[in-house]
Formats: sequence, C-alpha cells, structure tokens
Amino acid sequence: MEKTWNNKAWFFVLPVLVLVAFSAVIPLMTVVNYSVQDTFGNNQFFWAGTDWFTQILTSSRFHDALWRNLMFSAIVLAIEVPLGIIVALSMPKKGVWVSVCLVLMALPLLIPWNVVGTIWQIFARTDIGLLGYTVSNLGINYNYGQNPFDAWVTVVVMDVWHWTSLVVLLAYAGLVSIPDAYYQAAKIDGASRWAVFRYIQLPKMGRVLLIAILLRFMDSFMIYTEPFVVTGGGPGSSTTFLSIDLVKMAVGQFDLGPAAAMSLIYFLIILLLSWVFYTIMTNVGADATSKRSPQ
Amino acid sequence: MIDLSWMAWTWPTAIFFIVIFAMLAGMGAWEYLSPGGSPRTGILRFETTRGDRLFVSLLGSAFICLGWLWASELSLWYALIVCAAFVLLVFRTV
Repeated sequence: MEKTWNNKAWFFVLPVLVLVAFSAVIPLMTVVNYSVQDTFGNNQFFWAGTDWFTQILTSSRFHDALWRNLMFSAIVLAIEVPLGIIVALSMPKKGVWVSVCLVLMALPLLIPWNVVGTIWQIFARTDIGLLGYTVSNLGINYNYGQNPFDAWVTVVVMDVWHWTSLVVLLAYAGLVSIPDAYYQAAKIDGASRWAVFRYIQLPKMGRVLLIAILLRFMDSFMIYTEPFVVTGGGPGSSTTFLSIDLVKMAVGQFDLGPAAAMSLIYFLIILLLSWVFYTIMTNVGADATSKRSPQ
Repeated sequence: MIDLSWMAWTWPTAIFFIVIFAMLAGMGAWEYLSPGGSPRTGILRFETTRGDRLFVSLLGSAFICLGWLWASELSLWYALIVCAAFVLLVFRTV
C-alpha cells in the first residue's frame, strides 16, 4: 500500500513546538546568555566570556556535589530496581487484591515532593518521630541533623519509599502483558522458577525497566525538594546535591553567571548519561532479540 | 518590537544559536533531499542515522570545550578546531 503524504499534518505539531519553545528552548537560551555574563541586578549585564565555566569546572564545591549526586543515583537505582521487580513479582495477578495492591503502590507517588520531605523530616526526628524515636530506643545513635551518614540513610530510604512504587507499577505492567502460553511452555519444559524469571519475565520486562531506570536516574540526579526539606543540604554540605547547590548559588547568592554555567554543565551531564543509558539498553535489547530470532 | 532585554542577548550567543538552528534547518533540507536518514552501523557497533551523528557531534563538542576549559589555558578557538575534526570523524566513522 502506498503511503499518503500530507504535509498539512505538520500544523498539528505546531502547538507542541510553541509550548516547548516557551517552556524549554527560550529559558535555555536565556541561561546560555547569562552564563557568559555577570550582573549586579537592574538588568545590566557585563561580558565575562567563559570565566564562569572555568570557575565551576575547577571548583571542588562542584566536584563534591557532582560526586554526591552520582553516588545517590547509583545507590537508589541499585535498591529501587531490584526491590521493585521483587515486589512486582510478589503481587497478585488476578482477583480483588490486584486493585488493592495497585492503589497502595500508587499512594506514595501521589504525594507532593515537599509533603514527602515534611513527612520524613518529622518521621525521622528522635524526639517526636516514630522512626527516629524507635531507632534511638533500640540503642542506635541516630541523628540525621548532625551525622552525615544518618542524613544519607534517611534521604536514601525516603527516596526508596517514595519511588520504588514507580518501578513496581512499570514492572507489573510488563509482567501482566506476558501471555500464559510462555508460562505453559516453561512448565512443559520443566523450567525452574529462576529460569522462568531469567528467560521469560526479565526479557519481557526489558522495555519497561529501561523506562523505569531512565526515569529514576533522571529524577534522582535532579532531586531537590525532598532532601532540601529534610536536611537542607546538611549536615555541613553532606547532602548538598547539584540542584541544591545550584539554587543556593542562583537564588541565595544571586550569582546568576556561575549558576547559569553550572546549570548548563549539569544539563550536559544529564543529557550524556541519559543518552548512554538509552543507547546501551536499547541496543542490548535489540541484540538479544536479533540473536534469538531465526535467520 | 518585543522587549527581549531580559534575555540578555549578546552577539556571540546569538551567533551560537543561529549556527545551531542553521544546522537543524540544514539537516531538515538534507532529509528532504535524501529521505531515510542514511542509517548505518559504524565504529559504535549500533545503527545511527545522520540525526544521531549530529547529536553525538554536538554533545561531544560540548564536552571537548568543557574539557578544554578545565585542562588548558589556551584559547577556546583551538578547541573549536578539535571540535570540527571530531564532527568530521563522527560523520565519517560512527
């Protein structure tokens, strides 16, 4: 069948282009403009060239925040993805409990970020919070306001509590889309539980897990509100992630030039890592499929 | 005339964006003249279209410039020469 070419269809894309221009392209252009200038307010700008980029790239403050952010993303991905798969595998596939489980799983996702931060800030307090009080009474010296390790544990556990559900829901969607015939064939072959998971469930979940990993990586790499509400980036600067540092620089210190340079570097890192993740995972999936399919 | 002073435009940044948009328009014209994106498998061992190659070129060039600023005190114009060589390399081999 011959394709019909109708270029008028491009007009349907126009509203999206306008929306993206106003929400992303024009602000990004402005950030680029700010990154090569200095300002003391009053809409007066002075040319600074690439000085802010050099300053940010050579500052230990930026390196430390970047390292912390990469660590945080690696830790939450390492916990949330396997945990999400395990929970999805344990969920019922039929009956009334499916709806109950799905609603329970969706609940943390419906809570706004600042409310999650406030919940955990109170929950982890040793004087009035259930978690902090319990942990303290178990004889563990826990204080997320003073101890960097405790602050990290609190922020990581909070993120796991908030976002594992997303991985669960995506993995569950992948699992329920597997036809029964696959399981029946596996049963006839006498496949073990592990073999069913390794050769049927995991490959079938591949696409949705790719989306889950990408979403969780980008979200965790851009995390701001929850750790800002719980720890404010402290104690010291132990939980000051890139976005918290960026806001401190841009809004707190009003250093628009360095903040713009930092946000561009931050943007490029996210773009690179997301592209690498996406390319590797889509090509690994494609290779595996082409190897298995008959020639 | 719309007041764009809040965007703090400068000539160097304006030229930068004009070049980027000209590249995108050029890619559009290229695609119109030779549709399909000429997919091929290069040294990265996965299929790329010419749009992918432009993306890799631009992203790689951005990191070359950042690396240059981090490691060297020489003018960024030299980095631009390295970027041009990188773009050529990507379009020929990737």
